[in-house]
Amino acid sequence: MSDLSRRKLIAAGIAAAAGASGLAAADVVAKRYGLIPPDYGGPYGAGETLTYAAQRILTSHSLAREFPPSAISKPPFANEVLSLGEEFKRLQAGGFADWRLAVDGMVARPASFSLAELKSYPSRSQITHMACEEGWSYIAEWTGVPLSHILDLAGVLPQAKYVVYFSIQRDWWDSVDMADALHPQTLVAHSMNGAELPVGNGGPLRLRVPRQLGYKNVKFITRLTVTDDLKRFGAGLGSASPEGGYAWYAGI
Amino acid sequence: MRDSALVASSYAMAPAKTVPSRHSALVRVTHWITTLCFLALLLSGVEIVISHPRFYWGEAGNINTPTLFKIPIPASRSSVPTGYGYVLPDQNGWSRYLHFQAAWVAVLTGLLYVISSLFSGHLRRNLLPGGADLSWRSFSTAIADHLRFKPPSEEESWSYNLLQRLTYLLVIFVLFPLVIWTGLAMSPAIASVFPGAVSVLGGQQSARTLHFFVTVFLVFFLLIHILMIGLTGFRNRMRAMITGRGMNKEPA
Repeated sequence: MSDLSRRKLIAAGIAAAAGASGLAAADVVAKRYGLIPPDYGGPYGAGETLTYAAQRILTSHSLAREFPPSAISKPPFANEVLSLGEEFKRLQAGGFADWRLAVDGMVARPASFSLAELKSYPSRSQITHMACEEGWSYIAEWTGVPLSHILDLAGVLPQAKYVVYFSIQRDWWDSVDMADALHPQTLVAHSMNGAELPVGNGGPLRLRVPRQLGYKNVKFITRLTVTDDLKRFGAGLGSASPEGGYAWYAGI
Repeated sequence: MRDSALVASSYAMAPAKTVPSRHSALVRVTHWITTLCFLALLLSGVEIVISHPRFYWGEAGNINTPTLFKIPIPASRSSVPTGYGYVLPDQNGWSRYLHFQAAWVAVLTGLLYVISSLFSGHLRRNLLPGGADLSWRSFSTAIADHLRFKPPSEEESWSYNLLQRLTYLLVIFVLFPLVIWTGLAMSPAIASVFPGAVSVLGGQQSARTLHFFVTVFLVFFLLIHILMIGLTGFRNRMRAMITGRGMNKEPA
C-alpha cells in the first residue's frame, strides 16, 4: 500500500467515525429537545426530520405574519366540505347550541366547553394567511380563544408533549407539539371576518394554526386530548395525514 | 485494457502536460447527486402543480380570484375548474415528502460543492472567467463560435469556455439560490421567521409563481446542457463526468 492511499484511508476512516459520532450526538440532542416528528420512519423520514427539526429550532417563538383589513380575500373562500353526517346536521339544526369541545388526557381538570362558554372567554383576532398544500391560499380575519387559554383552564400536566385534536368527521384528526399548542396565535376559532365561522370554513369550531398549512387547521373540532405519546393514536404517526400519505408537520 | 490504451494514446497527443482528471471526484459525485435530486424535485414539483395549475401574483390566490396565468392541463382536485371532464389521481402526499427530502440532499450537496470549490481552487480556476476573457471581443467570439456550432479545439476542450463559465456561475450562484429562496418563501413557518423574505418577492403567491419560472429556466439549462454534451461527444463527456478521464478525441 502506498503512502498516499494509506493516508487517504486513514482520513476516510476519521471522517466516517466523525460522521457516525456526529449523527449519534445529533440523535441524542434531537430526542432531548423533541425535534423528531412522529412520521420519522419510512423512505422520507430523514428529510421530514430535517425539515421539522430545522423549522422548530428557527420558529420556536416566531409569529405568523398579520395583515391589514384591506388584505382580506374577497369573496371569502371556502374549500369543499365532504359529507358531514347526521350528528352534525342535528347540531346545526339547533344552531350549534349543543356543540361541545371536550378536553381530556394529561390534564388536571378534564373539561367540556359549550360554544357559548368558549365565546365568553377572552378572544384574539388576527388577519392571517391560510395556505393549502395544493398551492392556493386566502387571507381572512380569524377570531377565537387562544388554545393556550383552554389548556390553562384544564391544567396541562408538565410531561405533556402534544395536543391531539379530533373533528366530528371521524377520519379527521391531527396533533401539534406544545410549541404550536401554546403559541399565542393558535386559536380555537369560532368567528371569521367578523361573523360566525361559516360551516364551509370549519364552523362552528376550527383549530387555527397559522404557522402550518391548511390541512393542520382541522374543521369541526369536538375534542382535544393532551398526551406525551402519539403512538397511542391511530397508526401512531401523529395524525390522519401520514396515514393518507401526507406529512405530519406542515410548516412547509 | 482498452481504456488504458486510450489513456496512453492521449498522453501521446498531449505530451506537454500530464493527463489530469477531467473532473475531480468531488465534482463528479456532487454532479450526479444533484442530477438525481433535480429530477426528483422536477417530477414531484410537476405533481404538486397538477393539484392547482393556476398561478397568481401577490399574497393570496384561489379559484375565486383572478389568475396571472393557468396551465391548460387537467387537475388532481375536483375543486379546480379546468374545463376537462375528469380529475387526475392525487399524488401530493409522496410528492411533497420527496420534494423536501430531495431539496435537503440538493442543498447539502450544493453547500459541499461550493465550499470545497472555494478552497480547492475549482471556482477560481475552472468557473470564474479569466481577466482577458471578460472583454466584449472574446464574449462575441464565444457567441459566434457557438452559433456556428464550431467544435472546441483540443486545447480549448480541456477547460470551460467563457459562455460555459458564465452559464454555470448563473446556475450555481443565481438560479439555485433563487429556487431555494422562492421555495422557502412559500413555507408559512419560514414566513413567520423571515417575513421580509416573502414580502420582497411580492407575497406568498408571487413566491410560488417565481419558483415556477426559476424552475423553467433550470429546465432550459438542463436541455441545453444535454444538447451541448450531445454535440461535443456524448460518450466522451459522459465518461469524463463518470470516471474522470478526459479524452480530447472521440474514440474511433
